[in-house]
Amino acid sequence: MGMALAAIIMLFAAFTSALVVRKGLSFDWVSIPMPRVLWLNTGLLLVSSLTLELARGALGAHRREAFARWLYITTALGVAFIAGQLAAWRELAAQGVYLATNPSSSFFYLLTAAHGLHLLGGIGALLYLVVRARAIAWGEQRRVAVDVTALYWHFMDGLWIYILFLLMTRF
Amino acid sequence: MGLLLSILIRIHLIAPQAKIPLLELLSHTGAPGGVMSPEYYLSLLTMHGTIMVFFVLTTAPQSGFGNYFLPIQIGAEDMAFPRLNMLSFWVTLAGLVVLLAAFFIPDGPPISGWTAYPPLSAVGGASGPGEAVGQNLWIISIAIFCLASMLGALNFIATTLDLRARGLSLGRLPLTCWAWFITAILALLSFAVLLAAGALLLLDRVGGTSFFVPGGLIVSDKIIHHSGGSPLLWQHLFWFFGHPEVYIAILPGMGVTSHILSTFSRKPIFGYKAMVGAMATIGCLGFVVWGHHMFVSGMSPYSAFAFSVLTMAIAVPSAIKTFNWLGTIVGGKLRFPTAMLFALGFVSLFVTGGLSGIFLGQPPVDIYFHDTYFVLAHFHMIMGVAAIFGIFGGTYFWFPKMFGRMLNETLGKIHFWVTFVGVYAIFMPMHFLGLEGHPRRYSELSGFEFLKPLMGVHTFISHAAFVTGAIQLVFIFNLFWSMFKGKKAAENPWEATTLEWTVPSPPPHDNFAGRHPVVLRGAYEFSVPGAAKDYVMQDSPK
Ligand code: HEM
Ligand SMILES: [Cu+2]
Repeated sequence: MGMALAAIIMLFAAFTSALVVRKGLSFDWVSIPMPRVLWLNTGLLLVSSLTLELARGALGAHRREAFARWLYITTALGVAFIAGQLAAWRELAAQGVYLATNPSSSFFYLLTAAHGLHLLGGIGALLYLVVRARAIAWGEQRRVAVDVTALYWHFMDGLWIYILFLLMTRF
Repeated sequence: MGLLLSILIRIHLIAPQAKIPLLELLSHTGAPGGVMSPEYYLSLLTMHGTIMVFFVLTTAPQSGFGNYFLPIQIGAEDMAFPRLNMLSFWVTLAGLVVLLAAFFIPDGPPISGWTAYPPLSAVGGASGPGEAVGQNLWIISIAIFCLASMLGALNFIATTLDLRARGLSLGRLPLTCWAWFITAILALLSFAVLLAAGALLLLDRVGGTSFFVPGGLIVSDKIIHHSGGSPLLWQHLFWFFGHPEVYIAILPGMGVTSHILSTFSRKPIFGYKAMVGAMATIGCLGFVVWGHHMFVSGMSPYSAFAFSVLTMAIAVPSAIKTFNWLGTIVGGKLRFPTAMLFALGFVSLFVTGGLSGIFLGQPPVDIYFHDTYFVLAHFHMIMGVAAIFGIFGGTYFWFPKMFGRMLNETLGKIHFWVTFVGVYAIFMPMHFLGLEGHPRRYSELSGFEFLKPLMGVHTFISHAAFVTGAIQLVFIFNLFWSMFKGKKAAENPWEATTLEWTVPSPPPHDNFAGRHPVVLRGAYEFSVPGAAKDYVMQDSPK
């Protein structure tokens, strides 16, 4: 898993270097207004990491109902985040800011889309856990799956903060 | 397939007007009346390079031999994630299909070469045949390939780390496994970057963005609606992947070569730890030398100097490997089956190709050599042919294990000698073409005064290529004939030491038929004083 994350880091590192170079080299960079809804989305994602930890805690304490419940909530928050990102896109589009409008908007759409796709993978893993929630809660077997998903999820969380920072800084 | 393309390329270079009726069937516009157009020459060149680099040199040694023998050599039933394995295989195949589809669209495959430099690759159909749909297919194919390679690489890493048999510490791992392991790490990290670059390129083409396309560009008398992008950015991203990629192609060959040399010299590998260290060093340095492909693209002399020094530094681990290979064979009780010949051929080609690399690594020299046949000679020697020799060596060595029958040695030796002499005949003269300043990627040479005297060299190279290509038929015949009619192979025909030789040939489905091998010693215990035979198996108690 660590190695998979390393690969994702490389992917985004490549995007980052592209952004830095593209921004540094040219004179046509106009920063775009950040959609407000991003802050809400960020909040949702942060809380989802928290609820996932609560789920793990419940699993450790053998509180099976609570485990399943926190898992549902986490998944729902994840889906809400994606919906929120889509809303952000629509907000931009409504202002006439599209993919090709400016390099800054290109990178905005690119990075949010790439992150969103990765997060969808995480939601897939959460759904798998949801379906298996009972089996997991009763057996020791699949606990690894929970740990791995949690690691990935927190990583996506951190990645988002990083992307947000990258998109907002003016250097 | 890739070989066939190169033969077409060679025919065209010596006889631009030659009629090749089959070509017309493939493309009316590219070869009207069977005569290849200059653009179609570039299309074929692109496909040759792409197929060879990605779908042969990256796939065969790692996904092919690696998937088969890594688990057996480490005493595991299978790879860590067999399903991921299958997925990676089918996804790779899908990538190939998408790439080949470019042959069957009206204006054919892209003309931008395997490196796909923008702006040519980024501004669409206006810039030439194949640059509309063909180039899109190319990018999508490569993106699919990246995903497949990364999935495969994860599997290799997990397998090596987690599934080793009891007693098989990292220090006892065969060098083949080390090579696959390090290659997997390189693949995982570098293909991610290529994937990112591919996504940006595709967006420039279909999304109207300007990552790589500069403003004010006029293509075919039309101004292009892009602004401010940087073509150099693509080169940086591409070569950041591209240089590790050349090691992805050759590291498995190094592993196989080490393995074979030790086995047929009946001597332990010379400097096992140094060999592992050298591979790891090569892997790390491979990530910081990409700039040497861009000396001419425009960079500050200071960065050129830094890239040059780092590039030269790679010569050190490369030399260590070479000396250790020589150290392994010196004084051994040498045996010369075909596999050994190909391993020795690998060392020879590696040295020849490495030496020309040292010239290219000097910015002042490279300014002259860049984009000439000298570069072609360099990388074909080392990445093309040396890696292919690794594949051949592996085939002759492991065929008995895979199919339970021996390959015919007489045919094998004919194959080796003709190929060995052939590739030198093809690629050595290219150095001289390069010295004369002969540019690469030119489809027709008759238009240039200074190239006219070189025509004879081209004729010679092309004929050498036809012979070398033809002799591969002997190899293919040998493969199929031996599969059914070859001499039955014993469990351990080469008297080798590693775990794959402790199971029947071919191995049962789960490799060890439920047995759990326990490893008691290192991978290269040949001619151990006091031992009953001149080799001791890895799982042998004494
Ligand atoms: C001592 C080691 C080596 C050095 C110093 C070296 C140096 C170079 C340099 C400077 C170039 C760029 C030339 C130009 O475009 O003007 C180059 C091209 C190339 N090298 Fe090497 N190289 C070395 C080993 C290798 C190895 C081991 C491989 C592959 C297994 C390899 C594969 C290639 C390829 C594929 C290209 C050309 C790519 C292209 O332009 O299409 N090289 N090398
Ligand atoms: Cu290189």
